Amino acid sequence: MDVLSCDVLVVGGGAAGLRAAITAAETNPKLAVAVISKVYPMRSHTVSAEGGAAAVIKPEDSLDEHAYDTISGGDWLCDQDAVEAFVKEAPAEMLQLEHWGCPWSREPDGRVAVRPFGGMKVERTWFAADKTGFHMLHTLFQTTLKYEAIERYDECFVTKLLVEEGRCRGVVAIELASGKILAITAKAVILATGGCGRVFPFTTNGAIKTGDGMALAYRAGVPLKDMEFIQYHPTGLPFTGILITEAARAEGGWLLNKYGYRYLQDYDLGRPEPKPVLRSMELGPRDRLSQAFVKEQEKGRTLEGPYGDYVHLDIRHLGEKLIDKKLPFVRELCRKYVNVDPVKELIPVRTVVHYMMGGVHTGILGATPLPGLYAAGEVACVSINGANRLGSNSLTECLVFGARAGRAAAAFAAQQKESNPAVFAQARDEERRLKESFLRKIGGKERIATLREEMQKIMEACAGIYRTGADLQQAAQDLPRLQDRFHDLSLDDRSYTFNTELTAALELSFMLDVAESMVHSALARRESRGSHQRTDFPQRDDNNFLAHSLAYRVPDGPPRIDYVPVTITRWPPGQRIYGK
Amino acid sequence: MPSTVALSVTRYRPEEESEPTRQTYEVPYRKDWVVLDALNYVKDKLDGSLSFRWSCRMGVCGSCGMMVNGEPKLTCAAFLSDYFPGPIRVDPLQYFPIVRDLVVDITDFIKRLKRVKPWIIWKEEKPLAEGEYRQTPDQLDIYKQFSMCINCMLCYAACPVYGLEPGFAGPAAIALAQRYNLDSRDTGALERLDILSEKNGIWDCTFVGECTKVCPENVDPAGAIQQYKLTSAAHWFKSFLLPWGTK
Repeated sequence: MDVLSCDVLVVGGGAAGLRAAITAAETNPKLAVAVISKVYPMRSHTVSAEGGAAAVIKPEDSLDEHAYDTISGGDWLCDQDAVEAFVKEAPAEMLQLEHWGCPWSREPDGRVAVRPFGGMKVERTWFAADKTGFHMLHTLFQTTLKYEAIERYDECFVTKLLVEEGRCRGVVAIELASGKILAITAKAVILATGGCGRVFPFTTNGAIKTGDGMALAYRAGVPLKDMEFIQYHPTGLPFTGILITEAARAEGGWLLNKYGYRYLQDYDLGRPEPKPVLRSMELGPRDRLSQAFVKEQEKGRTLEGPYGDYVHLDIRHLGEKLIDKKLPFVRELCRKYVNVDPVKELIPVRTVVHYMMGGVHTGILGATPLPGLYAAGEVACVSINGANRLGSNSLTECLVFGARAGRAAAAFAAQQKESNPAVFAQARDEERRLKESFLRKIGGKERIATLREEMQKIMEACAGIYRTGADLQQAAQDLPRLQDRFHDLSLDDRSYTFNTELTAALELSFMLDVAESMVHSALARRESRGSHQRTDFPQRDDNNFLAHSLAYRVPDGPPRIDYVPVTITRWPPGQRIYGK
Repeated sequence: MPSTVALSVTRYRPEEESEPTRQTYEVPYRKDWVVLDALNYVKDKLDGSLSFRWSCRMGVCGSCGMMVNGEPKLTCAAFLSDYFPGPIRVDPLQYFPIVRDLVVDITDFIKRLKRVKPWIIWKEEKPLAEGEYRQTPDQLDIYKQFSMCINCMLCYAACPVYGLEPGFAGPAAIALAQRYNLDSRDTGALERLDILSEKNGIWDCTFVGECTKVCPENVDPAGAIQQYKLTSAAHWFKSFLLPWGTK
């Protein structure tokens, strides 16, 4: 076991993690900052974000409009103080990325261009063609290289948070190349590990999105907030689940059922117009569009394919020139993966798990209830996204709350003393656990892939776009059986060198914990709001559920679900109105 | 028509064997599958000990580059149907040390990346309150292509010079330097020129252009290297006539 130390340790090297690291280094140049990630930072899933990042920059826009769109889009489950801070700090964060070299698409006069996006009343989404996340991530990663204070532990897999005397004091990790165990002490730890789409069988998320940070915090006693809110994106490619960005609709694309009919007009989303209308039709919020897909399916008006039912996304009328300029990646993905040229043909699309509104419970400074532990980005739930996130808010969230967590963690770290040696005993216990449970384990017969597929099947059945109490109850009974079977796992790979079967096992165990928190949070929320639609409780219930759920882990039992009220500042709960 | 295809894969477990060996797996043949899907089938169903990197499965994270039938490829974009009926040979990217099975050691590249200073160098950053640096679409187009690199390492595995001269900065690092040199916001070209003009910088490249052929993102690193050589030669010549200026 190697023992290392730093002042601020960031777990995860995507947009939120890198922004946090840079901010921590700039806040206090005396601090030793480190970024630990299970992949090289430029592999992080931020890379797959396509459409853009929202921030008020144009004179016709206002912070209040951005806040209102976000809050109504989130079906009034957003904390409005957090949203106000978010929209206010967003423009400077985006400009900072511009100064660092992000290749934003531009107006002819050289100013940053913006595009419309779903649920937004004003055009405010900055974009770098349709590879916005890729460019933001590489700009951030390359910029971190100039900070000598930032050290990196690339391809190191965190297995446990070190907690001693009620404070987070570091992590235990496996260095993948060597299999060596690292005990890294830190005065403050920031989780920035992203979401957990891989809990489901059909997702836009990369293989690495396995809820690691959520499970690490959950196991350390930190509650997971609003885990029942899972975003289904309306337009993924069948089979692969590859995302076709909302920007395709923002630029003017139409969703058509099998009769070539723009079916969204039947779902209270406005009238079909030839040109895109903001907060209307194809530019409605994702939850409503995904629900409309299911209704069309029930009416038998979707198409049938080998990988499930689908509808068509039509961007042919945009023309080759616009598509190549603003949606080149969409064209490339369609040609490569479904053998369709969207300049001339219809794109088959279906709903797909995309994003977790819920996550590690934090306040607006990024602090979790565990002193010394912070979280930012998709892993965290502040919450600015409420019951349904608007497209293009999440990349900006990574910057604003990454920076906030970086500042808060740096300030906290500066006041702390060196760690208590008792944590090393914990780290040695963890090293022993990894050996005994996996690498030197005798017996066992379960395969990782079998358990993972069963978990994914359970989650798809119970936590889809529409849910019922009975299905969730069934899942609540089935998941613990998978937890039991996990103890009977047997690995083919007993090697210390780059053992990806060991990390897959640890990821599966993280996902099983996260899945449990989702199921129980969804079961307890007996109302319908945003992305959480209970057919047995079809109405929103502000009297009982204008509140965030908090799932606390209970050893050997289901999680305890508690609630905290939503913070309302200036926008009392109202109806969500689109297409008017 | 057979419904399976043979994957012949490099195995190397340094704790057990001193040299890489090969292993063949029969996997289902499906026309929608890419080589990466076949590798995942092996890992999930047949042999959990096979190691390889992957994540996004959509050609943008740059993790899953390997040699497929001798050519550097992103395995998430290499369809089984293009290699049918097989066998399909899958090896780790060449010219890199092998860590394990299909996983190569790229720490050398990561160090090189930092050496070319891939960040905006201003004389002085203007305050955020003054807004964005103006950059017209034409100015963006000058460097945009070089900003598309996903660091997948295919160009290194295609570069005969990197194979012979492991000290060579290499196509992706040079293209990235050029990406910043050509950015209208940047004033660091001279600093980068010094780094790239030294030994193992750009002069080792013999312009065979293999890097550009294999690039999945059409970055054209060979073009970047060529441009760089011209700039560098012009600078060397001008240095006799003019005092050092900025770019």
